[in-house]
Amino acid sequence: MEERRINVVVNEEPKSVDVEPRLLLAHFLREVLGLTGTHIGCDTTNCGVCTVLVDGLPMKSCTMFAVMVDGKSVTTVEGLGLPSELHPIQEGFREEHGLQCGFCTPGMMMASKALLEENPNPTEEDIRWGLSGNLCRCTGYQNIVKSVLWAAEKLRSEAGAISR
Amino acid sequence: MAQALDEIKIGGLGSSRKRVEDDRFLRGKGNYTDDFKLPGMVHMEILRSPLAHARIKSIDTSKAWQIPGVHMVLTGEMAAQHNLAWMPTLSYDTQAVLATDKVRFQGQEIACVCADDPYIAKDGCEAIVVEYEPLPPIVNPWQSQAEGAPIIRDDKEGQTDNICYRWEVGDREGTERAFAQADLVSKLELHYPRSHPSPIECCGSIADYNSATAKLTVYMTTQAPHIIRAAVAIVAELPEHMIRIISPDIGGGFGNKVPVYPGYVCSILCSILLARPVKWIEDKTGNLISTHYARDIYYKGELALRKDGKILAVRFHCDSDNGAFFSDAQPTKFKIGLIHSAFAAYDIPYGYMTAQGAYTNKAPGGVAYRCSFRVTEAMFFQERAIQAAASDLGMDQAAFRRLNLVKDDQFPFRTPYGFLLDSGQFHKCLDVALNAIGYDDFLREKEAARAQGRRLGIGISTMTEPLGAGNSREYDILGIKMFDAAELRVHPSGKAILKIGSQTQGQGHETTFAQIVTHELGIPAADILVQHGDTDNTPFGMGTYASRSTPVAGAATAMVARKVRAKARKLAAHLLEVSEEDVEWELGRFHVRGAPSNGVSIQECAMAAYGNMPDGMEPGLENNAYYDPPNMTWPFAAYIVTVEVDPETGVWDVLRMVAVDDCGVRINPMIVEGQIMGGMTEAYAMANMQFITYDAEGNCVGSNYMDYLLPTAWETPGFELHEVVTPSPHHPIGAKGIGECAAVGGPAAFVNAVMNAVDDTGVRNIDMPLLPDRVWEAMKYKRDVSGAPPVKSDS
Ligand code: FES
Ligand code: FES
Repeated sequence: MEERRINVVVNEEPKSVDVEPRLLLAHFLREVLGLTGTHIGCDTTNCGVCTVLVDGLPMKSCTMFAVMVDGKSVTTVEGLGLPSELHPIQEGFREEHGLQCGFCTPGMMMASKALLEENPNPTEEDIRWGLSGNLCRCTGYQNIVKSVLWAAEKLRSEAGAISR
Repeated sequence: MAQALDEIKIGGLGSSRKRVEDDRFLRGKGNYTDDFKLPGMVHMEILRSPLAHARIKSIDTSKAWQIPGVHMVLTGEMAAQHNLAWMPTLSYDTQAVLATDKVRFQGQEIACVCADDPYIAKDGCEAIVVEYEPLPPIVNPWQSQAEGAPIIRDDKEGQTDNICYRWEVGDREGTERAFAQADLVSKLELHYPRSHPSPIECCGSIADYNSATAKLTVYMTTQAPHIIRAAVAIVAELPEHMIRIISPDIGGGFGNKVPVYPGYVCSILCSILLARPVKWIEDKTGNLISTHYARDIYYKGELALRKDGKILAVRFHCDSDNGAFFSDAQPTKFKIGLIHSAFAAYDIPYGYMTAQGAYTNKAPGGVAYRCSFRVTEAMFFQERAIQAAASDLGMDQAAFRRLNLVKDDQFPFRTPYGFLLDSGQFHKCLDVALNAIGYDDFLREKEAARAQGRRLGIGISTMTEPLGAGNSREYDILGIKMFDAAELRVHPSGKAILKIGSQTQGQGHETTFAQIVTHELGIPAADILVQHGDTDNTPFGMGTYASRSTPVAGAATAMVARKVRAKARKLAAHLLEVSEEDVEWELGRFHVRGAPSNGVSIQECAMAAYGNMPDGMEPGLENNAYYDPPNMTWPFAAYIVTVEVDPETGVWDVLRMVAVDDCGVRINPMIVEGQIMGGMTEAYAMANMQFITYDAEGNCVGSNYMDYLLPTAWETPGFELHEVVTPSPHHPIGAKGIGECAAVGGPAAFVNAVMNAVDDTGVRNIDMPLLPDRVWEAMKYKRDVSGAPPVKSDS
């Protein structure tokens, strides 16, 4: 099948790659770039384990073609924290036991990131609604909600410290 | 004097230490099966049957072979040349790997294609032409036993009907006598609908047969790598020591990843034929329609009651719909799992049960979905029957339970079906739950609300369940007894590696099993690496399911640590220059009796094992232990749910959910609570929305996440957790299983709450899930609502 060149910034690194038009973004990230933190869990855009940020917005990468991110920037879980330091969202999930098998976790955290950027001070209800596109079979969500609240508080206090 | 170690601080028993697994998962650096890429690897996809029951007239693969990038098109006929068209199940039946004669359920594997990438492999599947001759489909046990029903398993010699087993247990005559003396007999019939464990990660494997060394390595989403190795050795006729099963990080299992599936076998055969690695990653529909289902049992039961509320006897029958192949993953002796553990929490003198399994044109199974061999069905039937009996007597739900629950001074308690309960404080748990929910207040609130036309309801579920099979006398799978093993090696610097035969799928074994060693040896948990999931590098174990890990592998871990401590004691005596009898143990340290300041640490003993052992002592500090449990562990749970049902629409909302769990000693309370909340969510799911059914044509309804509804964060209620601790008297650290209690005992609490909210309608039962239209129908027409298939299809 004929390939197309795309230019995309992934986790702040520019990439220029030839891809088949039918290649899904999730497969592009996993198979072509080797970023296997983005998972695949369904065929119907329901589970959200493939969630990444495209130009800052949460997207289910199983539902986009790689060619659709030409000229855009993509952030995956691998771009969330630093090798030396976890992002507050990652810390929150660890502190509040917001993960068990870990399969939903990358998507859950990317959706949380978008949520907290839009709403830095969410209520439990805001979080439950904001993450309702992401399924988890292990945790029962209660600890995920706590994890996001934990992260929100840390992010707010960090932001406060910077603005002072 | 040396400071005594703080066990909680060093991550021992009772410490909610953060999980060591988390770091890799949080960074996207987990290693799930699909994350591995091997040199020269090809991708396999499976072609599945669109029909539920049909004879295969022909399969034409010629077009698929012509697609560039396709390397292999495997059919049942080709597999048969390698004696692999069929394979044994874990229940002594056979299952088709690739169909040769007939397809027996929708989604059955017909052929598979290996290609350079999964897209091409899918193209290949689409290019295969199959000609079918449709046969009448059967979607429930009654159809399968009707006059003139086609024989589904005509492949089996001597099979003249659609029955796969008949089974009975208990004291039939004693039970009959007790029923003759009853003042009242309370009856109930219901269906526990078919469900699917549906971990988010589907099944998959990468088979890598090295033709130079004849070694087969398989990366596989399996909860039981050692059993799988034995099964592969039998199925593929390969020498067991030349098979290595690696079960890397698993994206949830819940029982779905115990059996051997055709996809695994096909990837192995293709790798042998192609002499290159073959990766198979199932899609969600494939997972939901072909891998093993759970539940799907029809219950018909009765309780013999005395006027004062005492239960005199119980008698019930189960019809199980086993689908096309009888492939329950369960101990050999028990044909319908441990369903006879039903009513174990109650002091009932007599019991008798019968069961029958039927073949139908549905996906095979079933697996113990977050449960110990069908105890989920058992406890649901039990708690629904208990509620119905209390109502029939006009007795309060809590008072009726209190009257009949086994009392603290009755342990060990023998049930009428032969189980031996190890311990418990059932009444205390119930009281804690009733207090927490404010039982009496709620009943008043309910009355007041009813007067205003609102429908509130409260549901109780109390149960104990057997977790942690064996003992080996009674429990085996495919003839292999159910025990577990652990190996522990302490290195010169006092850091240790623990290897276990069980396999985590999110339960956090890498965290908690280290805590057991810490408890026994005083080595900080952070200094202990836990390894599992690789058959070449870990001792034998039956796998992680049925809440076996803590009760069995956890016990093996404690026992191996004690063996290591016994040797360390000899080293300590040598270092302290006293006799062994004069050495006393405290956590992490030996000291001279009567002189606590004169001691050596476990780390110093470890160093001595490699550098300063006494003459004649074998060097090193390591050992192994095989643990054959004397009994199951019996955790107890009391769950109470309150709901409000909308009288206009049948929609119900959970107001509160209180869980009181007694799982004995908690190794890591944070992880235990995580398990309870996860299980409770699945309980809510089953009561509210999650089920698989079939239409009259045998089409699976619930074949993807648009139809198979799983609760999100939005629907899932909040949970209030409480604990009671009754240590297991026979487990080395007093722990009991917990991973499944909430999923087992939870559904009845939700259903009983809704039934309680409609208790003035005379309705005895609404089958799960309690979809709004079912609840509405029950309220409107004041009749029971059955959920049994077939359902009307949309078309
Ligand atoms: S894989 Fe399920 S939504 Fe993308
Ligand atoms: S942690 Fe397993 S699916 Fe969420």
